[in-house]
Amino acid sequence: MRKYSVFAVAREAMRGHKGWEAQWTSPEPRKEYDVIIVGGGGHGLGAAYYLAKEHGITNVAVIEKGWLGGGNTGRNTTIIRSNYLYDESMDIYEHSLKLWEGLSQDLNYNVMYSPRGVMMLSHNVHDKQSFQRHVHANRLYGIDNEWLTPQQAKDFVPVLDISASARYPINGAALQRRGGTARHDAVAWGYARAASDRGVHVIQNCEVKGIRRGPDGAVIGVETSKGYIGAKKVAVSASGHNSVILSMADVKLPLHSVPLQALVSEPMKPIFPCVVMSNSVHAYISQSDKGELVIGAGTDQYNSYSQTGGLQIITHTLDAICELFPMFRRVKMMRQWGGITDNTPDRSAIQGVTPVKNLFVNCGWGTGGFKATPGSAHLFAHLIAKGEPHKLASGLTLDRFRTGRLIDEAAAAAVAH
Amino acid sequence: MLLIYCPYCEEERSELEFRHGGDAHIARPTNMADITDEEFQDFFFLRDNPKGLIFERWRHIHGCGRFFNAARDTVSDKFVMSYKAGEPKPDLSGATPATEKPLTEKVGETHEATEGTAK
Repeated sequence: MRKYSVFAVAREAMRGHKGWEAQWTSPEPRKEYDVIIVGGGGHGLGAAYYLAKEHGITNVAVIEKGWLGGGNTGRNTTIIRSNYLYDESMDIYEHSLKLWEGLSQDLNYNVMYSPRGVMMLSHNVHDKQSFQRHVHANRLYGIDNEWLTPQQAKDFVPVLDISASARYPINGAALQRRGGTARHDAVAWGYARAASDRGVHVIQNCEVKGIRRGPDGAVIGVETSKGYIGAKKVAVSASGHNSVILSMADVKLPLHSVPLQALVSEPMKPIFPCVVMSNSVHAYISQSDKGELVIGAGTDQYNSYSQTGGLQIITHTLDAICELFPMFRRVKMMRQWGGITDNTPDRSAIQGVTPVKNLFVNCGWGTGGFKATPGSAHLFAHLIAKGEPHKLASGLTLDRFRTGRLIDEAAAAAVAH
Repeated sequence: MLLIYCPYCEEERSELEFRHGGDAHIARPTNMADITDEEFQDFFFLRDNPKGLIFERWRHIHGCGRFFNAARDTVSDKFVMSYKAGEPKPDLSGATPATEKPLTEKVGETHEATEGTAK
């Protein structure tokens, strides 16, 4: 792999950019791998990279039905934060945030991580108490999060309407300054390039059709649209389709898949300095480096794999955006899309072993998986390599729905996160 | 936005009038205190989450207020049919790929079963 640097850019500029090589190879599948990862999104590609880098396991294939990052990795609003309430959540999201901070250097790929701050608006007494509880919990755990008065919030985001007559009055805000955004495609591509460089096979346009099991019930390989591929271990990280893949091995998961929508506006000059989230009125907004407003809407209420969603959901979000930021009322929206999120009953992820031997799962990231990408991938690689969860992910196991040790971020956030 | 046929009101109304109620035909165990943790997990948390035909509950919350069941395709989001609560799970295996497993659990007296006859 030829390293990217300012010198490489200069060198290629001198010779008509003819020397750039493919970022990753597209090999034909081998007969057998040590590990097959199902799902070529950020989590799966990242897990392959960390398997190769930290555990020396390079006989690995990442199998993707479509193209890399074409699922939820390329369909989110790229928000990164770690201000969750419970220890288990803080552990993994903070681990992730720390990896985000050095990810571009680690991968030699600019993922455009931008710690511009994530502000969560409080509109009523309940919000205020809930967010202040989060702030205190985070600070006691060593995670930055601070409480702002309405005026301090406006100083940070000048376009915010904090007037008393606002439709959604603001009585404060929580701000995590290290939170921010990253370039979602670059995350998938960067991991794919770095993993491919270490010998991982990235196999696109290859759909998993079945999971083959040996006489003792253990997984021995997967049936794909490119034929049967053997594997000592199979790790599934297929976001909205985790239930579909796991059902091939007769494993039932506590998941329901629903569409989550996002949309972007026409590009504008820099006007919006950070990420603003309002859980109560359900609106997330930031501005990309290209100048588009990136807006996250809510989930539909019914199970669906349609990668679209109801118009009333984005209308509701835009209503809220227009009230919070009246200056955006005449901005045109350019594109809208949906991703299929796999949600658990407690809205916390599942990462762990399954009842089937040599079959591992990373699922249930629901509406908040992008921010977890490096951390989740790193800990998932540990799980696959060692056969047991890393201590930072030890609470995220599948059996918590049997034991009752739920991590109830759903109640804590009272919103899709 | 979905258009949903309420079998009680006997007309199609917009999704805004309805609330989704999760999977249909899940029988609440009658001996809740005696079942094992595994059985409780299976009843309470684990779901098929099918890509294709799903049987689900809806409540016409801003209409007649009643629960009913519907069969829908989760890829196209098109409804196959909706039917009153308490009516048996329709056999649609001929119309769609046979991905659905037959209901083998012991069916107790469910909330749906009693509500179907309520006035």
